[in-house]
Amino acid sequence: MVTGVSRDAGARCARRLADDPAIGTVLGVDVVPPRAELGRVRFVRADIRNPVIAKVIAAEGVDTVVHTGVVATPGSAGGRSSMKEINVIGTMQLLAACQKASGVAKLVVKSSTTVYGAGPRDPAMFTEEMAPRAIHHHGLSKDAVEVEGYVRGFARRRPDVCVTTLRMANWIGPKTDSPMTRYFALPVVPTVFGYDARLQFLHEDDGVEAILRATVNDIPGTFNLAGDGVLSLSQAIRRLGRPTLRLPSFTASSTAAAVRRARLADFSPDQITFLTYGRGVDTTRMRTEFGFEPAYTTAEAFDAFRASLGTGAMTRVSGLLTAGLGALRG
Amino acid sequence: MADADVIPIGSGGRPGRGSGRRTTPSAAARALAGPGGRAKKTVKDKPVTSQPTETPVEPIEAVPGIDVPEGGDFDFAGLERVVRSLFGEDGERRVAEWLAFLRRRLSGDYELDEFGYDSDLTDQVLLPMLRPMVEKWFRVEVRGIENIPADGSALIVANHSGTMPLDGLVTQVVVADHTNRPLRTLAADLVFQTPFVGELSRKGGATLANNDDAERLLRQGNLVGVWPEGFKGLGKPFAERYKLQRFGRGGFVSAAMRTGVPIIPCSIVGAEEIYPLVGNIASLARLVGVPYIPVTPFFPLLGPLGLIPLPSKWLIEFGEPIRTDDFADGAADDPMLVFNVTDQVRETIQQTLYTLLMQRRSVFF
Repeated sequence: MVTGVSRDAGARCARRLADDPAIGTVLGVDVVPPRAELGRVRFVRADIRNPVIAKVIAAEGVDTVVHTGVVATPGSAGGRSSMKEINVIGTMQLLAACQKASGVAKLVVKSSTTVYGAGPRDPAMFTEEMAPRAIHHHGLSKDAVEVEGYVRGFARRRPDVCVTTLRMANWIGPKTDSPMTRYFALPVVPTVFGYDARLQFLHEDDGVEAILRATVNDIPGTFNLAGDGVLSLSQAIRRLGRPTLRLPSFTASSTAAAVRRARLADFSPDQITFLTYGRGVDTTRMRTEFGFEPAYTTAEAFDAFRASLGTGAMTRVSGLLTAGLGALRG
Repeated sequence: MADADVIPIGSGGRPGRGSGRRTTPSAAARALAGPGGRAKKTVKDKPVTSQPTETPVEPIEAVPGIDVPEGGDFDFAGLERVVRSLFGEDGERRVAEWLAFLRRRLSGDYELDEFGYDSDLTDQVLLPMLRPMVEKWFRVEVRGIENIPADGSALIVANHSGTMPLDGLVTQVVVADHTNRPLRTLAADLVFQTPFVGELSRKGGATLANNDDAERLLRQGNLVGVWPEGFKGLGKPFAERYKLQRFGRGGFVSAAMRTGVPIIPCSIVGAEEIYPLVGNIASLARLVGVPYIPVTPFFPLLGPLGLIPLPSKWLIEFGEPIRTDDFADGAADDPMLVFNVTDQVRETIQQTLYTLLMQRRSVFF
């Protein structure tokens, strides 16, 4: 059973799971019917915030639950309170239902690296054991921390269930539509003056493959997933060839509000801190214990995303310089 | 207004004559205007047209508003000749390198390591900017550079002084110039809270001073520099110069023990005199949230002029490495042992400081 299939990531995971011959039936659950084609996935319209979900699990004899239903953007969920409702209460209900269902043997949770927060006191690379240094009191960060808290509680109460938590770096790629991809698609990209965040990305295909791997194998634990290497924010924008608008930090929230009103991108305060200080996660365990090798590095994933966007104005400058350089070398 | 900004390019190197429709600046004038600046100018205010990045020459033709003469293509032969006649063969190479650097920067085609260290920027811009200060202003004299291993990691532990952490920057330049290896420094969290300072420090190879980052850097075989006195050493009054403060909590020793890398004591003489700290505006410092706001004989009295460091003569001596790999496993968790090694490092640096001070003829020469 896959939750959150009406959104892009969930739908893609469900489709990928359905394509795998080792998996019998894939059940897709969400409140609204998915727009995307689900293929072999059987869609069940149910709300994970509602105890009805327990009946679905019992009636269908679900043995594996893949929870991708954590919403990152308040806009798509219809407001912050609704987003929190879906993320936190939805997870609670889902886990309560799983706890009652004796048939459930595995739980895979798609979490995010935002559980580590972002701040000036952060270590360069977070390992899975590290606690966040900067606690965020709003947005996805807080939700993700609470969701993981409930998942840990569930793992304690049902030690027979194999629980895998995947803390994924920001998904990026040609098909992903997230606050991050919308941000980079802005014609002029605003950044915080005087700071340059370190960013890690995970290609969307790698994300889906990781969820498949966690579903078909028994690998309990919490794992950071990210492509190799880091890009700095300024570097990423330069690679896009887009002009940057560096704004002082006190204007950040009003800029975010303006961008939100213009329906260009959806920004929460924790994303602003992320774009200020950045974050890096250590992926040693992803290789050693989880046994997963992403096909794309951070830079390659970003390049794949860049290919889906048009060329920015600044690219021409480098074109000119290349020509000049060629003449001088030649 | 777009038309007014455009300088027609590509006269094929013929000085003065363009396509005839408009006066073309001579090749020399164009070379002096600088290729980077001109390039920026031509693309400014142009509508974004989608062009693949991989064909660098084509987009130029597609930019509307540029007066493209006969050939329709850029000819940099004239530019090349001018550059060669102005700067010579060697200069041409340097201009080419500089252009390549600029192109890498503008297209984002460089690598950062996981700490955010930007070796390209550091080697091309940051270190060359600091080098005159090290060589001409402070006339740094370096001793014991052979104690720094040519490969493998080591932890360089130094005394901190001088109100502003210039000793860190100077040590970084000295190590980079004498060993051709970057020195990765550990900095306080205040550094990363401060705009620009934090950004540049990360790009210059600094990271937050904590055990996780220190051990990570050391495991990857880096030279790591640490100033364990921190703000206590940096902001001590001038009267207490060259008296070492407490060496933190000995975290650097446990990091070295866990990774088994040698500790190289480093004594820096001269940094104490660059901004003689005679007072501290403590109340304002608390208000702003910094450890101290210094009062020196020239600051804030002379305003920005007071920010120029006094040209003291510097001596930097790297001492013999203290091995940590022969301690038993779990030594890092033995606080008494860690304190002892910390004191040993501190004493070594203090003694070397006294010796260097005896050898120094005067503060400024």
